[in-house]
Amino acid sequence: MYQIIQKERLNEIIYSMWIEAPEIASSVQPGQFTILMIKEKGERIPLTVADFNREKGLIRIVFQIAGKTTDELSTLEEGDKLFSFIGPLGRKTKIENHGTVVTVGGGTGIACIHPITRALKEVGNKVISIIGARSKELIIMEEELRKASSQLLVTTDDGSYGRKGFVTQVLKELLEQDKTIKKVWSIGPAIMMKVTCETTKSYPVDTIVSLNSVMVDGTGMCGSCRVTIGGETKFVCTDGPEFNGQLVNWEEFMHRLSRYQEAEKRSWDFYHELNRTCTCGRRQING
Amino acid sequence: MAKVIPPKERMKREQVPMPEQDHEERIRNFKEVPLGYTPEQAVYEAQRCLQCKNPKCMQGCPAEINIPQFIQKIVEEDFASAYLEILKTDNLPAITGRVCPQEEQCQKYCILEKQKKPIAIGRLERFVADWARENNIHGELPALTPKKKKVVVVGSGPAGLTCAADLAKLGYQVDLFEALHRPGGVLVYGIPEFRLPKAIVEYEIKEIERLGVKVITNFVVGATVSVDQLAKEYDAIFLANGAGAPRFMNIPGENLNEVYSANEFLTRSNLMKAYAFPEYDTPIKIGKRAATIGAGNVAMDSARTALRLGAEKSYIVYRRSRQEVPAREEEVHHAEEEGIIFHFLTLPIRILGDDKGKVIGMECLKMELGEPDESGRRRPIPIPGSNFLLEVDMVIDAIGTSANPIIARSATGVKTNKWGYFIIDDDTKATTRAGVFAGGDIVRGSATVISAVGDGKVAARAIDEFLSSGGSLRKR
Ligand SMILES: Cc1cc2nc3c(=O)[nH]c(=O)nc-3n(C[C@H](O)[C@H](O)[C@H](O)COP(=O)(O)OP(=O)(O)OC[C@H]3O[C@@H](n4cnc5c(N)ncnc54)[C@H](O)[C@@H]3O)c2cc1C
Ligand SMILES: Cc1cc2nc3c(=O)[nH]c(=O)nc-3n(C[C@H](O)[C@H](O)[C@H](O)COP(=O)(O)OP(=O)(O)OC[C@H]3O[C@@H](n4cnc5c(N)ncnc54)[C@H](O)[C@@H]3O)c2cc1C
Ligand code: SF4
Ligand code: SF4
Ligand code: FES
Repeated sequence: MYQIIQKERLNEIIYSMWIEAPEIASSVQPGQFTILMIKEKGERIPLTVADFNREKGLIRIVFQIAGKTTDELSTLEEGDKLFSFIGPLGRKTKIENHGTVVTVGGGTGIACIHPITRALKEVGNKVISIIGARSKELIIMEEELRKASSQLLVTTDDGSYGRKGFVTQVLKELLEQDKTIKKVWSIGPAIMMKVTCETTKSYPVDTIVSLNSVMVDGTGMCGSCRVTIGGETKFVCTDGPEFNGQLVNWEEFMHRLSRYQEAEKRSWDFYHELNRTCTCGRRQING
Repeated sequence: MAKVIPPKERMKREQVPMPEQDHEERIRNFKEVPLGYTPEQAVYEAQRCLQCKNPKCMQGCPAEINIPQFIQKIVEEDFASAYLEILKTDNLPAITGRVCPQEEQCQKYCILEKQKKPIAIGRLERFVADWARENNIHGELPALTPKKKKVVVVGSGPAGLTCAADLAKLGYQVDLFEALHRPGGVLVYGIPEFRLPKAIVEYEIKEIERLGVKVITNFVVGATVSVDQLAKEYDAIFLANGAGAPRFMNIPGENLNEVYSANEFLTRSNLMKAYAFPEYDTPIKIGKRAATIGAGNVAMDSARTALRLGAEKSYIVYRRSRQEVPAREEEVHHAEEEGIIFHFLTLPIRILGDDKGKVIGMECLKMELGEPDESGRRRPIPIPGSNFLLEVDMVIDAIGTSANPIIARSATGVKTNKWGYFIIDDDTKATTRAGVFAGGDIVRGSATVISAVGDGKVAARAIDEFLSSGGSLRKR
């Protein structure tokens, strides 16, 4: 179970893997996520379902090296097995025909909006996708997104590819030009989602964000993932991960993302110290 | 042959105290606090039992253990037979022997309770189970021809484990689904290592697997598949998914960074072994001064865990007084010994944080006790103007749990009450849908291991009856 069937390095820091998980693949819907553990001593980390293949029983995850666990995950190879892989978790995206909608993805958020974009188009929406990253090398899944959407716009912060600037600048222009846009999905780093909401605030559109709070069980048991939405405490894993972005208490959300920063650094250092001194042939650290 | 002690002599003896790890030492480790009886101590204690013709003690045991019988085997120093006797009805003796609130169960009914020295039944049970484990004694495997009918049990806490084991003993094929990566429920994620070593839980679950129960972890019923789908594949269902959703006080500041639910705090420490971080990857954050809100078993466990993880001061903040504390007396005593500081008649009203979301204190009100409320306990009333600041940098909410709705959402025809708990028939644990049964915390709200065990037993019997009389979910 949970065998890595295919692995691909999308760029310096982002990897894609297809995992064998027939039960999850048979019931997953766009917008849902999984939680995996590499090994028994490992941490439980949530990753969004970037794609799925029901016939073959496969789930695709796309992850960026953010710390210890994602780094270790990137060292696993095809044929290796995960210790634990559960899902599909969270509520599925509400897929309806609104007419024109926009999906915005930043970083690994590009992978997360992929199945949502595809499903929105399938029910008849005109879906304009905007994907962005720091520079050209960090843009992922461009072809898949082009296929999944009606129109694709690409931005890079440094202008090395597509439009120079942030996804939100392009979004603002779109909202100015096209008054038929009903709904915007924005998935990416917290700061990007926050700025998206600031951008869309003055337009008559709903803005949906997918929150990536720190989780443990992912089934509503621990409350680690809690956020404040419109003054009320909600659990991202069971009430979300999608919420009306205008109602999110962003300050609190971002504070809570940094809860374990010190420990995460210790974990990273401990892991790399261990792998430097051990001769088991683990890949060399590049920082 | 066992030495016969005359009843008079038996009555003179005092209860054999439990040897314990010294409190100075134990607050620096996660090793078990009570050390267990030696064989000599167990026999001496067992000899006190009057072997009543009409043993009252048994009324207080939902696991239906023949208490005088197994105690007699201890007297005879035949510990293996004592174990097999217990195992006839209780599938988790090393666990129940440790965490059962014996003083409220079997021991409360023991005839010697009147003299304030009931037989230490739980300790004897624990001794026997530990002895059998260490000496490689196993229960018998079901000798019956396997039955064709298949039952699915959802949730691997004490209720699910018990029901699954009892059904396997009756020859049914049983699949036990668990959402987490390890089976055991609260026994592995909630109750700390120093009260219930995880290796012991693992062992007793392995013994249940030996009976033929198939344990399937990493499977979230209601997400991976719905209960309705399960109903198409199995003849009967037992839902034992626990209460499992943390409750919060709903006071300002509760989502600050260092505010935990007890569930999160204990899960990180126990299930994920954050106490061994960074060898284990899951982190946990410990303040210098930790306040745990609430005074049940869960609160005691949280406060004592915080202390072991390095908090300099660990407080229990409780709005009622010492008398109303719901935790087991033994646990309160252990907490006090270890230096937990109790703030009684204190109600937190706000948690204060800095501009980075870090906890810097907790504002509280002093309370006084008024007239008794519905629960019969005197109602705590705030004293106006008594606000004061408790200097803390971490807070653990241990005020209880509520029903997690994942399963109920995916189960057509299985009705819940206004709190989200399944509505059941008390005698059979049958829900409002024929063939679907439920028990444990998801029916009772946060209760005890032994009541969950009891529910599992009753349900197994009712499921057997349902299936034997031709019932099956797959029929419709
Ligand atoms: C619903 C959801 C979906 C996600 N989908 C993706 C995805 O598709 N691709 C992707 O690359 N990342 C995704 N993430 C983020 C991913 O879970 C974190 O990057 C990962 O947990 C980091 O672990 P680490 O040990 O490598 O890094 P660490 O050094 O432990 O942490 C780096 C940062 O990641 C976050 N993080 C740490 N632990 C957790 C945790 N247990 N749960 C959630 N966040 C944590 C924190 O903000 C932390 O500061 C998702 C998160 C959530 C909640
Ligand atoms: C910290 C703590 C200390 C305690 N101390 C004591 C004590 O000393 N003595 C005592 O008698 N009682 C104690 N209790 C209470 C006791 O542990 C519970 O009453 C008992 O465990 C309830 O058993 P259960 O089988 O109903 O559910 P649980 O033990 O809660 O188990 C339910 C299981 O179902 C799983 N599950 C949930 N949802 C799903 C799903 N959708 N799909 C698959 N699986 C699912 C859960 O992951 C869990 O493993 C304590 C509780 C806690 C939290
Ligand atoms: S299971 Fe609990 S109630 Fe029954 S004999 Fe053992 S300690 Fe007593
Ligand atoms: S009631 Fe007490 S003395 Fe009598 S049989 Fe039970 S344990 Fe022994
Ligand atoms: S991750 Fe535990 S409740 Fe959401």
